[in-house]
Amino acid sequence: MKRGTTIYLYELAWILPSIALPVGMLAALLVTAFGAGIHVPSLAGRVDPAKVSETPPFDNPGVVQTGPLRYEVRLVGQIWSFTPNEIRVPVGSTVTFVATSRDVIHGLFVPGANVNVMLIPGQIARVTARFDREGEFFMACHEYCGIAHHTMGGKVIVEPRS
Amino acid sequence: VTPAPAADPERRLTGAHLLVAHVALLGGIVTGLLQGLEHAGFEFPASQYFLQSYYHSVSMHGVLNVLVWTTFFICGFLPFISARAYSMPLVSPGLGWLTFWVMLAGLVMAAIPLAGNAATVMFTFYAPLKAHWAFYVGLTLVVVGTWLITLRLALSQRAWRAGHPDARTPLAAFMSLVTMTMWALASLGLAAEMLVLLIPWSLGLVGGTDPLLGRTLFWLTGHPIVYFWLLPAYVSWYTLVPRQAGGRLFSDPMARGSFLLFLVLSTPLGLHHQVTDPGIHEGWKLFQAFLTFAVFFPSLLTFFNVVASLENAGRALGGPGLVGWFFRLPWGEPSLAAQLLAMLMFCAGGIGGLINASYSINLVVHNTAYVVGHFHTTVGTAVTLTYMGISYWLVPYVTGRALWSRRMALAQCWLWFGGMLIFSSALHQLGLMGMPRRTMISQAAYFQPEWKALLLWVGIGGTVLFISGVLYLLNLALTATVSRAPAAAVPEFAQASAPAVEGPAILNRLRPWVVMAVIFIVVAYGPTLARLIATSRLNAPGFRVW
Repeated sequence: MKRGTTIYLYELAWILPSIALPVGMLAALLVTAFGAGIHVPSLAGRVDPAKVSETPPFDNPGVVQTGPLRYEVRLVGQIWSFTPNEIRVPVGSTVTFVATSRDVIHGLFVPGANVNVMLIPGQIARVTARFDREGEFFMACHEYCGIAHHTMGGKVIVEPRS
Repeated sequence: VTPAPAADPERRLTGAHLLVAHVALLGGIVTGLLQGLEHAGFEFPASQYFLQSYYHSVSMHGVLNVLVWTTFFICGFLPFISARAYSMPLVSPGLGWLTFWVMLAGLVMAAIPLAGNAATVMFTFYAPLKAHWAFYVGLTLVVVGTWLITLRLALSQRAWRAGHPDARTPLAAFMSLVTMTMWALASLGLAAEMLVLLIPWSLGLVGGTDPLLGRTLFWLTGHPIVYFWLLPAYVSWYTLVPRQAGGRLFSDPMARGSFLLFLVLSTPLGLHHQVTDPGIHEGWKLFQAFLTFAVFFPSLLTFFNVVASLENAGRALGGPGLVGWFFRLPWGEPSLAAQLLAMLMFCAGGIGGLINASYSINLVVHNTAYVVGHFHTTVGTAVTLTYMGISYWLVPYVTGRALWSRRMALAQCWLWFGGMLIFSSALHQLGLMGMPRRTMISQAAYFQPEWKALLLWVGIGGTVLFISGVLYLLNLALTATVSRAPAAAVPEFAQASAPAVEGPAILNRLRPWVVMAVIFIVVAYGPTLARLIATSRLNAPGFRVW
C-alpha cells in the first residue's frame, strides 16, 4: 500500500506541471500573436484557376499604391516564375500581397519579412507585412512545383524614402 | 512464456514484413546520401536509368523511408509483440498473410510509376501535380492492408478476453491495438482523398480536382501518421526497454492513460501543417494549435514514466547522483543503446515540433529546411533508431541466428546519433536563414552565400548517416546469412511497479475513447471540411511538370 501511494504522489507531482506547461505556452502564444497583431493567412475568396488572367486583380499583376506607405502587390505564381518577380517599395511600407497560382501549388516566402503563404490553385491568398529595413529581400517558391522549382524566385527591394 | 521459434506462426510473417521494410530503407539511405551531397555542392548524378532528377530522388526518399520502412516495420512488429503479450497465437494467420500480400501488391503497384519517374510528386502528392493512377491505387491498397492488421488485432483481443474475462489486456497488446485503432480512424482522411479526389481524377473520370480540399484531407491523416510511426517505438520504450535496462516499468496505468490520450488527440490537429494555407479560417488553425499543445501532455507523461523506469534501473545498478544513474545503464547492449540515443534525440525533436506548431512562429519556419531538420530528429531518429534497436533482437529471433556483430551495432547507433546531430543542427539553422525545403538548393536562383558553410555540414552529416545505415543493413544481412551461433533470447516484458490493476477500469477499455476521438475530430475539422466541400469546385486540371 505504501509503495502504491508513493507512486501516486510522484505521478501527481508530474501530471500537474505537465498540464501547467502547455497551458503556459498557450498563454505565451496568444499574448505574442495577438499582442503583436500577427495574422496567419485566412479566408480571402476563390478564383477559377483557368481564368486567373481574366479575373481582377490578377488580370493586371503588379504593385499598386493604396495609400501613404501602403501598397498592394497583385501576384501570380506559375511554373516557374512569379509575376511580378521584382517588387520595389519605400522603407516603412505596409505591403499586402494578394496572390494565387494558375497551375500547381506554389509558395510565396520572403524570409525576414513574415511573408510565408501557399499559393493554391483556386484560392486567393492575402497576407500583410511591414518592411522596416532597407535592402534586398529574396523571394522564393518554397513548395515543390516541378523540375525547375529551384529557379522560381524573385526580389523585394526596400528603397530609401525619397 | 516464449513460444519456440518453430512453433511461432508470427515468426515468418514478421520476417516477411521486416524484409520489405529493410529493402525500402536501403533505397531510402542511398537517395538520402545523394541529396546530402547535392546540398554540399556536388552535382546531382541524374541518370535516365536510375534517378532521373534530384526531385525524383526526394520523392523516392520520402516514400521509401516514411511510408514503406515505417509501415512495413510496424505491421511486422505490432502483431508479433501482441502475440507474445497474449502468450497466444493471434487469430487467423491466413488473414495475416492475406494482409501482407495486399500490402505488397499495393507497394509494387505504387513503386513501378515511382521508380519510372511517373510519380515524382513527393510523399505528400499534392494535386494538381498528377502522378500515374497506379501510384494512388497502390498506396491506397497499403492503407487497406493496415486496416486488416487492425481487424486482426481486434479479433485477437476478443479471443483472448473470452479466456480471461476479468483480466486487464496485457500492456503491449493493448498499446498495439490502441495504435492501430488510432491509425484506422486517422487514415480515413487519406482514404477519402484517394477514393473521392485523386483516383477518379488520375484515371480521367473527372476533369479536375480541388487542391485545398485534397491537402486538408491529406493532413487529417498526415499528422496522426507521425503518431502511427512513434507509438510502436513507445511500445518498446514502455514494455521492453525498462527490463532491457535492468529495471521495471514505473506505472502501467499511466502508460495506458497516455496511449488513450494519443488515441483521442492525435488526429484533430493536422491543420497546424496548413497554417500558411489560404482558404482555411485562422480561428480553426489557432484551435488546432491548442490541441497540438494538448497532445504534448501525453508526451510529457511518457517522458516521465520512461525516464522514471530508467532511473529505477540505473540506481539498481549502483548509479549515483542526480544523473549518474543514466551513465550506469547497460550502454554496451546495442538494442538498448540505440533506443536510449533515440530518446535523447527525441527531446530536441519534440520541442522543435512544438515550435513548428506554434501558429504565428510557423510563419518563420514553414516549408524551410528547419522542418527537414525537425523530422529527421523525430521519424528519422526517435522512430528509426528505435526500430533499429528493436531489429537487433527481432531479426535474430526471426532468423534463429545470433546478431552478427555487437560492436558493429554499437558503432552504428552512435554514428547515427552523431551524424544526425550534425545533419539536423545544420538544417535547423539553414531553415532559420530562410532556406526552403525540397529544393535542389545548389542550383537555386536565390542561393545565399552564407548558406554554403552549413550546407557542407549537411553533406557531412548525411554521409555519416549513410555509413551508419550501411553498417546496420550489413549487420542484419550477415546475421541472416553467415551467423552461426543461435539467437539470444527475446527481451521479456518489464514488470510494472504500479501494475494495471491499480488503475481505473476505464483505462482498459477502448470504446469510450474512440467515441471521444470521433467527437474531437468532428469538432476540430467539421466546420472547415463542411465549408470546403460545400464550396468545392473540381476545376484544377492536372500537371506533369517534372
